[in-house]
Amino acid sequence: MDHRIIDQQLELLRNKTLALGEATEKAIEQAMRSLNDRDSDLARKVLEDDQLINQMELEIDRLSIEIIALYQPAAHDLRLVIAIARITPVLERMADHAGNIAEAALIINAAPQLKPLTDLTMMANTAMEMLRKAQDAFIAEDAEASRAIIRQDSIIDEAYRKVFGELIGMIINDPTVTSSAAQLLFVAKHLERIGDYVKDICELTVYLSEAAFIKHTRLE
Amino acid sequence: MNKISVANLSFFYGKVQALHDITIDIPENQVVAFIGPSGCGKSTFIRTLNRMNDTIANTRVEGQVLIDGDDINSSKTDVVALRRKVGMVFQKSNPFPKSIFDNVAYGIQINRLHSNRSDLNDRVEKALTDAALWNEVKDRLNQSAFGLSGGQQQRLCIARALAVQPEVILMDEPASALDPMATQKIEELVVELKRDYTIVIVTHNMQQAARVSDRTAFFMLGKLVEYNRTDKMFTHPDEKLTEDYITGRFG
Repeated sequence: MDHRIIDQQLELLRNKTLALGEATEKAIEQAMRSLNDRDSDLARKVLEDDQLINQMELEIDRLSIEIIALYQPAAHDLRLVIAIARITPVLERMADHAGNIAEAALIINAAPQLKPLTDLTMMANTAMEMLRKAQDAFIAEDAEASRAIIRQDSIIDEAYRKVFGELIGMIINDPTVTSSAAQLLFVAKHLERIGDYVKDICELTVYLSEAAFIKHTRLE
Repeated sequence: MNKISVANLSFFYGKVQALHDITIDIPENQVVAFIGPSGCGKSTFIRTLNRMNDTIANTRVEGQVLIDGDDINSSKTDVVALRRKVGMVFQKSNPFPKSIFDNVAYGIQINRLHSNRSDLNDRVEKALTDAALWNEVKDRLNQSAFGLSGGQQQRLCIARALAVQPEVILMDEPASALDPMATQKIEELVVELKRDYTIVIVTHNMQQAARVSDRTAFFMLGKLVEYNRTDKMFTHPDEKLTEDYITGRFG
């Protein structure tokens, strides 16, 4: 059969998920830019746009439930719907973290710059690159690529540890910087969490492709 | 433990080969569903398990069907005893033009399974209870079976099959002519009955196979394409052909 009724719905579901992924990526990028460029207007825009992302999540939820109820997907179709239903809240939470970074930017931008944001920018760029690749791997249903992306998260974790140590050191040396340094710590933590969420997406791609659950297992 | 072991079974209607080299084990006290497109051989296959195809002229079986280790196609097999042990329920309910009681009692009587009238009554009641029909018919046992609804008639046929104490029950699309409520009752019954019986069910309804069976066999063009745990079959089948069939991608 060339065209199944369900195919159209699955295509729509896939496209909506990709759109959510792009919006999430954009939120992270803009949140970091608002920090780097000290652009508080942009930070406020990220917070505003979060409403749209929440709306996109709800739409995907509704469509996933509708597909399960009306078309009773099986095998690969079922795995696709389940994977998307689980990826969607992950993307939404990543966007929430972008919002949190934007909120931190509003506070940080109001004070003098504490330090160059080289490490945080590197963490953000790695996270965004991972997210882009994770989405490509999801569409290609490429389990191998997904496993490779999961391994990449250690770069972010390592950078987080370094930034954490640095900022704590700055607070100890000069307690007057505590407020700004704490905000930067939050930003680092949000980026570290975003990296973890990309891993969740990759794990779901492995499920989609191989029906294997690799969550809570260690990759060699 | 395997109740039924089939090895290299082929079946022919005259010169036409309907089944090709089927090998499959059916474990005791499990429900095994046979799925596949019309004409794939699943009904022919289920009928080889109690030699129902013997009634069709010019047919031939090759290979082996063992039930409890006994070759059912051996010349020593008592076919009547075999069909008592391996009961069958068909797509269309086919009660006898008799009372509800007599429909169930008939098999018990001709097989002389009862010791006296009271034992016969008990056996009829047990079979109707096991078929989840007793409460609906206990006050009208002497009325005609044709007065029952389609779903009730089908459960009566199941009671009739159970009355002669089979060990295996073959069901050939037992719910395909029933409404959703009656279908649900049959499905619940199938799950209930596997405690005491081994059940093989042919169905065109994929969700039904998924709901009631422990293992599913997919047939196509007289061949067994895949036989797997039902949960595996419906989430991640091994064969591309199975995937295409259960997701409706068949050309």
